[in-house]
Amino acid sequence: MQLLPAGYAIWRSLLAAHQGRVTILPATKGHALKALATTYNRGLHRFAVILAFWTFLLIIAGALVTSNDAGLSVPDWPTSFGSLYKIPKLVGGVKFEHTHRMIAQGAGFLTIILALWMWRAEKRRWLRILGIGALGTVIAQGVLGGLTVLFFLPPPISSAHAALAQTFFCLVVAVAVFTGRKWIEEVPRVEFDQRKPSLFTLTLLAIFVLYVQLILGAMFRHHGLSWGPHVVHAAVVSFVLAWTAVRALSVYSQIEAIRRPAILMLSLVIAQLCLGFTAFLTRVSWGRDAIQPELPMVISTVAHVAVGALLLATTVVLAIQVWRHVPVAFEERVPQAERNPSAA
Amino acid sequence: MNRKNSTMFVSVLALFALLALTACSKKENTEQSSNTATEQSAQPAATPIDPATVATVNGTVKFDGTAPKPAKIDMSQDPGCKGTNAADTLVVSNGDLANEFVYVKDGLGNRTFEPPKDPVVLDQKGCQYHPHVLGVMTGQTVQIKNDDPTTHNIHPTPKDNREWNESQPPSAPALEKNFTREEIMLPVKCNQHPWMKMYVNVVKSPFFAVTDKSGKYEIKGLPPGDYTLAFVHEKLGEQEQKVTVAPKETKTVDQSFKAAGE
Repeated sequence: MQLLPAGYAIWRSLLAAHQGRVTILPATKGHALKALATTYNRGLHRFAVILAFWTFLLIIAGALVTSNDAGLSVPDWPTSFGSLYKIPKLVGGVKFEHTHRMIAQGAGFLTIILALWMWRAEKRRWLRILGIGALGTVIAQGVLGGLTVLFFLPPPISSAHAALAQTFFCLVVAVAVFTGRKWIEEVPRVEFDQRKPSLFTLTLLAIFVLYVQLILGAMFRHHGLSWGPHVVHAAVVSFVLAWTAVRALSVYSQIEAIRRPAILMLSLVIAQLCLGFTAFLTRVSWGRDAIQPELPMVISTVAHVAVGALLLATTVVLAIQVWRHVPVAFEERVPQAERNPSAA
Repeated sequence: MNRKNSTMFVSVLALFALLALTACSKKENTEQSSNTATEQSAQPAATPIDPATVATVNGTVKFDGTAPKPAKIDMSQDPGCKGTNAADTLVVSNGDLANEFVYVKDGLGNRTFEPPKDPVVLDQKGCQYHPHVLGVMTGQTVQIKNDDPTTHNIHPTPKDNREWNESQPPSAPALEKNFTREEIMLPVKCNQHPWMKMYVNVVKSPFFAVTDKSGKYEIKGLPPGDYTLAFVHEKLGEQEQKVTVAPKETKTVDQSFKAAGE
């Protein structure tokens, strides 16, 4: 027997309570949830996990293209040197650009399979739609990749390509979470959040500031912006993510599904700050007049992009788990008179 | 996903693509309209140049101070690249500065000049461009050759001219290109070999030169008059000198550059 996403069920029950002008339900542990006849599909879940790893590899391959200044080494698209299937000699910048294209083709192919598989096997309609959304995203990503080649890497298109890559990664990671055994079979431990701002709000804010940081970083990498905004915003990101992690760990550390992504998020923030500093040194300070991309710059900037992608995906997972395990109490929506009848 | 949502998603994608196309075509539109404006403005006829009175300007460009050692290039990522592994960004020999573009920036009035029929040659050899700095007139053909056993791509990244990016395999026929608008230090690069960079200087008059390894340049056939001579280097920037030349005069105009920041 499979359970409807627990957070959703609780949210529905809370909404019903709210609509009936009833005050908040007490904190629930092992709250009985509406059952839905869906079983854990190990093959589908593993496939989603493989696609998530493949996408991470694709992000690294894309970062290598940018860091090696190889974005236009294959001047045509959708063909490569005039052919759709021939593999050119993988030397110089072509090695990075064409490898990126081949991995991207693989990601597109895997996403088509995932979307079709989910469409046929998945009983949750919203998850089927998410699969189609992932397919649409990967198609849009391919088109952006092509446009950026055909228009000689204009910063807005190249940055959109970089940002959409990580959006797609987050979508696939979310699909992997939603198809996981724990998500489907486990009865979630639920505690209501009555703090302001709620942990869920904090996680959404964390995703927002990370996304802004991703765009600022991409604009800098693609010569559309100076490094200033990215560096300044790093302080904002660090503050918001630290606040989120501290709240999650200090109040809800007993919930494993919250504790693990929160710890990972905090660790990744620290790693990302160190990598950002190293990338700044190797690219902006020491590498300013470099005659060609140097290895320390390539390693540090690619690692910075990769850890950034992991950080965004981890924060998305944390938000999903918070939504499921720590739903927001609706007490604040109850009219004052009904909350405290004796005062009337 | 219901039909309404699907339509909205496709519409947003289409809008995004349209915006991107509009943004990218803006530069070219500006270029076209600017060309039209130039053509429309009527120019009075210029005084013809009398070959019997033309003057010559020559000189040496020096570098003050100690030049840094040329950066080493790592060509290991392509076995087909077997060139000299020294960058020619700042080439100084005994204080003489090579690869300096010298041209008459001002003083020619409304004279117009036909571009020469002979092309200038840009060669790719040893995975480096030869020459590193090139002067060419607007509309003059640039013949681009590949003498390497590997594929290159030639990618000018201009501010005022049209951008293009073409690959050229080994033994491929020479590419023939030209630039329609004046532009100084127009960067050209190869995205397959990121160390490969050179600069094309596009001017409307034939009065330009590039300093050789001994820092020397010579501009011949200049009609007598007052001119502003510009000396431009890819790293060291631009300096100007006023010069007056009399009929048949040969004038020496030297210039010196200091390292950036000094």
